[in-house]
Amino acid sequence: MLYLRATFFVIGGPDYLLADFGYIGILLIIAVLFTVSTLLLPLTLALFGIVPKKSNPTKVSTYECGMETIGKTWVQFNFRYYFFAILFVAFDVLTVFLYPWAVNLKGLGVYGLAVIVVFFAILMVGYVYAWFKGALEWK
Amino acid sequence: MTLLEQFRLWLATILPGWEWLAYVVPAIVGIVVILGFVLTMVIVFIWYERRLLGRFQIRLGPNRLGPEGVFQPIATAVKILLKEDVVPEKGDKVLHWLAPVIVFVPVLMIFAVVPFGERAILADLNVGIVYVVAISSISVVGIYAAGWASNNKYALISALRTVAQMVSYELPLILAIVGVVLMAGSLSMTQIVASQDIPFFILQPLGFVIFFLGTLAELNRCPFDLLEADSEIVAGYHIEYSGMKFAMFYLGEYGHALAYSCIIATLFLGGWQGPLLPPIMWLVIKALVVFSTIVWIRGTLPRLRVDQLMAFAWKGLLPMAIINLFMIAAEVLWLPETMLWIMGAVNLILAAGLILMWSKLFTLGGGRVEV
Repeated sequence: MLYLRATFFVIGGPDYLLADFGYIGILLIIAVLFTVSTLLLPLTLALFGIVPKKSNPTKVSTYECGMETIGKTWVQFNFRYYFFAILFVAFDVLTVFLYPWAVNLKGLGVYGLAVIVVFFAILMVGYVYAWFKGALEWK
Repeated sequence: MTLLEQFRLWLATILPGWEWLAYVVPAIVGIVVILGFVLTMVIVFIWYERRLLGRFQIRLGPNRLGPEGVFQPIATAVKILLKEDVVPEKGDKVLHWLAPVIVFVPVLMIFAVVPFGERAILADLNVGIVYVVAISSISVVGIYAAGWASNNKYALISALRTVAQMVSYELPLILAIVGVVLMAGSLSMTQIVASQDIPFFILQPLGFVIFFLGTLAELNRCPFDLLEADSEIVAGYHIEYSGMKFAMFYLGEYGHALAYSCIIATLFLGGWQGPLLPPIMWLVIKALVVFSTIVWIRGTLPRLRVDQLMAFAWKGLLPMAIINLFMIAAEVLWLPETMLWIMGAVNLILAAGLILMWSKLFTLGGGRVEV
């Protein structure tokens, strides 16, 4: 706790990373308060009768261009979404590794580039396989 | 050292023993300024898009309220405030309330790392651009929650489409950013701007095009606006929303457009840098140029089909983004820094060649796209 205080409030010290994230924390709190209070504004006005509050069964029914909903709405998803989700996860994890590499490429030199090329090549095998297998088609 | 840091140090000297106050007050002042900027610019953007779209469609657009109709968004806001709040009976009521919050809060959070000037930034994170990528994806959860909570088939279809689209277009977007990081050698937004003596859209045109298209998809703007395709699914995920909750989605959409316009300006167009005018003006001008292009595309292009949309991301943008990434990595390693113009020329030729090559892939079959 003492250390946290020290890093937060050290004056002109070199370590103001945590202080920056503190600003973002305060922004998060204010953003949530702002959004929620804006959403609650019409409810408050409804108490004074400025905003109408006349509900009826037709108004709160599901809107489907005048038709009744047939069957359940919360259905199971098409499995095609999972193909893309899995491919996305693979590539997204790859990009997590790419960012630190990209920051310091000049320091790493040709060796760093070669390593990433090999890393990419391994992933590309899966990508090309998915392409030829038709997993990228939307039929 | 940012302006806020300076303000904090000054407060700390006049308020000894109240360090936490000296820390919180500058933060709140900065956040209020940013909120004011965002809300003003969103109102300007709404008005600007309606006017511009009117011009594109050879009509006038809103021009009655105030000079050139500038007060139209305010009238819209007041009207929306006085609307009744309808929650569908069969829907998930808690999620229905939560969704607008989840959509809007991340949009505001992005502005924490947008540099408005050399030292005018709320939090100069050393992982700035990763923060932007991470935070801006959270809005998708809100859109999906809205579609699910509405208990409406149109809304659910729209929400599913959004998730698939976001997931697909996020990859080219992130890979295009890696190109910028390679050139700048830093993830911090201020460093990225500072390293752009020549704006990056000249040095890496292909990365710019990929990032711009990824942004369009991320913002759900035309031609990637399948989630609110009026002719098939009426209004998409916000079909069951009314009043202030609908306004939150609307604000969130334009706030997101503003945020991404600022991010494009920062990453590729040199950010706040520019002669004569103050830095904040340059950022606003560049953001407006980007937004005008987005509206122009909306006024010109028809909507894509779902299969075209997915194929364009996975078979078009992703391979191009990977080629672009390795091209720039090689150039950063082997080209001396005094020969940047060679890099620009090579990349421009590469971009033109690749786009021509890939466009052949997507125009097979005489009208019907077989991908």
